Amino acid sequence: MMFEAAGYQLLPVLPEIVLAVGAMVLLLIGAWCGQRAAGLVTGLAICFLIGTGVIEYLLPHGRLMTFGGSFIVDEFARFLKILALLGSAATLVLSREFLEDQSRRMFEFAILVMLSTVGMMVLISAADLIMLYLGLELMSLALYVVAASNRDNVKSTEAGLKYFVLGALASGMLLYGASLIYGFTGTVSFAGIAAAAKTGSIGVVFGLVFLLAGLCFKVSVVPFHMWTPDVYEGAPTPVTAFFASAPKIAAMAVFTRVVLTAFSGVVAEWQQIVVFVAIASMALGSFGAIGQRNIKRLMAYSSIGHMGFALVGLAAGTVEGAQGVVLYLVIYTVMTFGAFTVILAMSRNGQALEQISDFAGLSRTNPLLAFFFAMLLFSLAGIPPLAGFFAKFYVFSAAIKAGLFALSVIGVITSVVGAFYYLNVIKMMYFDEQAEATDAVHIELRSVVAATALFNMLFFVYPGPLVSAATAAAKSLF
Amino acid sequence: MSGILQNYLPLVVFIGIAGVIGAVLLIAPFIVAYKQPDPEKLSAYECGFNAFDDARMKFDVRFYLVAILFIIFDLEVAFLFPWAVTFGKLGVTGFWSMIVFLGVLTVGFAYEWKKGALEWD
Repeated sequence: MMFEAAGYQLLPVLPEIVLAVGAMVLLLIGAWCGQRAAGLVTGLAICFLIGTGVIEYLLPHGRLMTFGGSFIVDEFARFLKILALLGSAATLVLSREFLEDQSRRMFEFAILVMLSTVGMMVLISAADLIMLYLGLELMSLALYVVAASNRDNVKSTEAGLKYFVLGALASGMLLYGASLIYGFTGTVSFAGIAAAAKTGSIGVVFGLVFLLAGLCFKVSVVPFHMWTPDVYEGAPTPVTAFFASAPKIAAMAVFTRVVLTAFSGVVAEWQQIVVFVAIASMALGSFGAIGQRNIKRLMAYSSIGHMGFALVGLAAGTVEGAQGVVLYLVIYTVMTFGAFTVILAMSRNGQALEQISDFAGLSRTNPLLAFFFAMLLFSLAGIPPLAGFFAKFYVFSAAIKAGLFALSVIGVITSVVGAFYYLNVIKMMYFDEQAEATDAVHIELRSVVAATALFNMLFFVYPGPLVSAATAAAKSLF
Repeated sequence: MSGILQNYLPLVVFIGIAGVIGAVLLIAPFIVAYKQPDPEKLSAYECGFNAFDDARMKFDVRFYLVAILFIIFDLEVAFLFPWAVTFGKLGVTGFWSMIVFLGVLTVGFAYEWKKGALEWD
């Protein structure tokens, strides 16, 4: 076998190796050519991310494991890794304009995004607690730096520092939980934990709670959401779009894998945690966003709420539930990406606009952008026949089939409350007095907005391939 | 499980005693110590001359950079020593793992050198 070293199969980790080596090569290119290579490095990074996705897609099908069973590639991992890679590549496309500004010109941005993507891929493929922690830290360390990448801006550095300190706290809790689980089951591998934790001994449940607390922080759900609005507001907009997409996918994927594979024997124990967290997030996401004036803060609350909705599917603990989570992640990523691209596109005389009131009268100055943004917001609110509706439909139907009626009813109610603030922005754009005209929008941003909005509008026409891919991904977990 | 916990009993006793001693030593001075403060006693002690500056000075950020670079290479050595000692038993896997690690580290070193992080001015 060609891809073998020292008795380890390297084929399953080939995409990660390609991306990591690519990041190092680009780092050296950047170091030798200086900041004028920023455009070249970013372009090559996009190529590497897409190429890695292609390699991931071409890997032999079925379940591949390596490194003594601590690294797993199955349909679930493959699907979500490709999604995360596309999310990262799209971030770099969005950030090209942002990086053109002289003061922020730096090739390191693309490399940090690549390295954090390697972390995400390791995280998605983790099949034991050590690999989980390695992936999580590799992802997070790069993200802390990226959050502070606009380093002359007080808010950006504050966002980076806040994220770092709270992230370190969450990692501590996660490690504490992992050590408890190891102490009480005698193994770190998910399969071993599943075999040892058939009955929920108090020690394992303690460890489970701490482990889930750490993971909840990474997906930013209540009560570990406090960092989200500040970091989303402070970080540069392309970075915020990144935070809302790819890392969320990876963290949600590992959340799903941990509870469904490692803790398949103690469903009742983790189910109550997930149900509570889901209800709290949906409620806070809906009510917290109402008073917001800054569109990025609003999107932060929206993302907290959406992660709550995704967890509704997970709470079901069934194949349909896992399928719902996967579909929710795909559709959510596309929706948020579109919305953040619109926010990024909004500027007046070179100044970025971030207040909700800045959107007033957009339908007259830029009707197409306003229409696409309205469609994305309708989709985020979950209005049929847009994609966001189907995302919610799948998770709620899974929850109802699993008998979680109260959770589903609360979910639908909070979804209605949440619709208020999305509709408020649409009302601003279409019925309010016009503010000054905004700057022309770059072709890259325009095409991303159009693509994401069209995906949302046309998902219902031909949902087959995506739904069947999500089903295959979910089935590989059971 | 109770067997495991039993083994930790001495630890619990020890923590308890440590807590009591610590608390007593903290509280006792408030009760028994002789107090007669004067300005000389209350001022910050600096050998020979009067205190002239705040203790929280601003440092040049370059000190931090040097400190962080030092930590990286210090950690590298901390990894290398146990590896070198057990090298005979680790075999091919151990050898290549360390070579990959050093390779990654070298890339980082080349980057910081090119960025001028090693120069003081």
